[in-house]
Amino acid sequence: MSGALAPWLVVAGLGAFHGLNPAMGWLFAVALGLHRGSARVVAWAMAPIALGHALSVAATLLLFLALGTVLELALLRRLAGACLLAWALWVLRRGHPRRVRVGMTTGAAGLLLWSFTMATAHGAGLMLLPALVPICFAGSHLPHLATTSARAFLVVLVHSGAMLATTAAVAFLVYRVLGVAILRRAWINLDLLWASALVAAGLWLLLA
Amino acid sequence: MATALRPDPTFYPNPRLAAKAPPETFAYVVAFDPNRQLPDRLAVVDVDPASPSYGRILHEAEASTVGDEFHHFGWNACSSHLCPNAPHPHVERRYLIVPGLRSSRIHVYDTKPDPRAPRLVHVVQPEEIAERAGYSRPHTVHCGPEGIYVSALGNGNGKGPGGVFLMDPESFSVLGRWEIDRGPQYFAYDFWWHLGHDTMVTSEWGTPDMVEDGLVPELILGAKYGRRLHFFDLHKRRHLQEIDFGETYQLVFELRPAHDPTKAYGFVNCVLSLEDLSSSIWLWHRADGKWAVEKVITIPAEPADPDLLPPVLKPFEAVPPLVTDIDLSVDDRFLYVSCWGTGQFLQYDVADPAHPKLTGELRIGGIARRTAHPADPSRPLNGGPQMVEVSRDGRRIYFTNSLYGAVDPQFYPDGIEGWMVKVEADPAGGMRFDPRFFLRWPGPHRPHQIRLEGGDASSDSYCYPS
Repeated sequence: MSGALAPWLVVAGLGAFHGLNPAMGWLFAVALGLHRGSARVVAWAMAPIALGHALSVAATLLLFLALGTVLELALLRRLAGACLLAWALWVLRRGHPRRVRVGMTTGAAGLLLWSFTMATAHGAGLMLLPALVPICFAGSHLPHLATTSARAFLVVLVHSGAMLATTAAVAFLVYRVLGVAILRRAWINLDLLWASALVAAGLWLLLA
Repeated sequence: MATALRPDPTFYPNPRLAAKAPPETFAYVVAFDPNRQLPDRLAVVDVDPASPSYGRILHEAEASTVGDEFHHFGWNACSSHLCPNAPHPHVERRYLIVPGLRSSRIHVYDTKPDPRAPRLVHVVQPEEIAERAGYSRPHTVHCGPEGIYVSALGNGNGKGPGGVFLMDPESFSVLGRWEIDRGPQYFAYDFWWHLGHDTMVTSEWGTPDMVEDGLVPELILGAKYGRRLHFFDLHKRRHLQEIDFGETYQLVFELRPAHDPTKAYGFVNCVLSLEDLSSSIWLWHRADGKWAVEKVITIPAEPADPDLLPPVLKPFEAVPPLVTDIDLSVDDRFLYVSCWGTGQFLQYDVADPAHPKLTGELRIGGIARRTAHPADPSRPLNGGPQMVEVSRDGRRIYFTNSLYGAVDPQFYPDGIEGWMVKVEADPAGGMRFDPRFFLRWPGPHRPHQIRLEGGDASSDSYCYPS
């Protein structure tokens, strides 16, 4: 099962999905590039954005795997599924004003913190759990954390790689070609789609 | 309450795109009853030149109470919601947040479904502001990255310090005090920010007991009113720097930072110099890693026959310009200056912000001159240019003539009769009154601040450079 392609495609696909979301970083990179008048700044912003995202996802996956060493898989799936549904509800209901800690003068550390916070608040790592199950829990026995962690590391790598590629592609497209005027037309409300993805992932864990 | 799919169409990423917005067809104007016997009002004024009711009031929504003194109001959400670090692009620009400067109540009007007939939907009570934020006497409203920001002249007991508090842009609940560390800041008045530099700027008037019965001459002569600017870290909410204009200057008021978020400068008016009664415009800017100010415009007092002057000015035999409001066009090219005392309305080219060039001057009202409007040349007018608003494309300017209920009679003892006028600006510089737009405000109410349909030069801030 762990060798099957499908879960890896899901992991990469979700990376692209996360990368497309303006709230995950490409827009911040564009803004920083415009402020500092340099395409190199757009490129520079990629590393902290991708790293912050990767760390958030990795933390979620590691927590899941750690629980997997003590809980039966069936129970773990129910727990994670419930968590995803609750997160989806929160994404839809949490309202808009939030404490803003990172602004336009930020350095790499601030950008990394911002990316980590945004990914965590959006439940980016949670969304990967359904794909993690077939990759890390191939047998019915409780696996060792060491083996599963190695596979989870690969999951984070593939996911974040896809996220980074998409973020960079969109950021440069907007910075170089489209311009920020595109925001007025193309910034569709992703909240519902995002929550739907969380719900779908949650239901899969609960029912599949 | 969120827009279905795309961002609110009135949100613009940068000033250049905002300047291309369609012209406004109506304006919101708050008006208060100086006698505090009738409810204050939020009026809708027709500003569409093609409309048969052009220059007239279309609708008035009353306050729920009396004695509020509607003052500077603002939107629940605006273009700053497109900011990349705090994106909320699908919140609607829909609600007008109208503070009662005297009552500390905040009225919230819904501009949907009919934007020409806003409805009162919520009233924030003074107790909620005092309990949750520790403030009173709300003054200025700005929509920004963390919701609705409101400055307040006083603390919960009506003393000092004043400051800034936050409100939720959708539920309108008071979220709490904004400052984490206010440093030496004590007086409050106006505030705004440089989104590109993570900086908030605040200015000073006085605590409620210093202003609610009018300006106290002894306090002015003792330079006891506000005379400082404060710079805060917008996100850490900590005081960074104070700039004292010195003992000569009193009343440092309206803050107009450049709209382009990469530009680290702005303009502020100082109402009075104790040396010569002049008003001045100051430029704040970055110098050697800190904020600095320099005086870039001085507007002198005008000698006048003492018989034409109110008691407070008779000994001086002069009319101070009393610059009480300024406004910067969205393209940061022109600065408009209201001289409430002399009745001048000035336009400066500030493309080079350190060296403004006077490009236009109009006269209307004024303490001594009482200049008439071209639409009715035989009728002398009182009050003077005051709250000024500039359309996003910079072509149309609107202003009203009342300052503050307790101060109006100190300079216009005969009682201000309200009016609102429109000025047409030449993009190359220069301006003229629109002879078709002269709105004599129905008494006893007096008009104060103006907000234009979809946004204007003093309502929106932007995260992306042009």
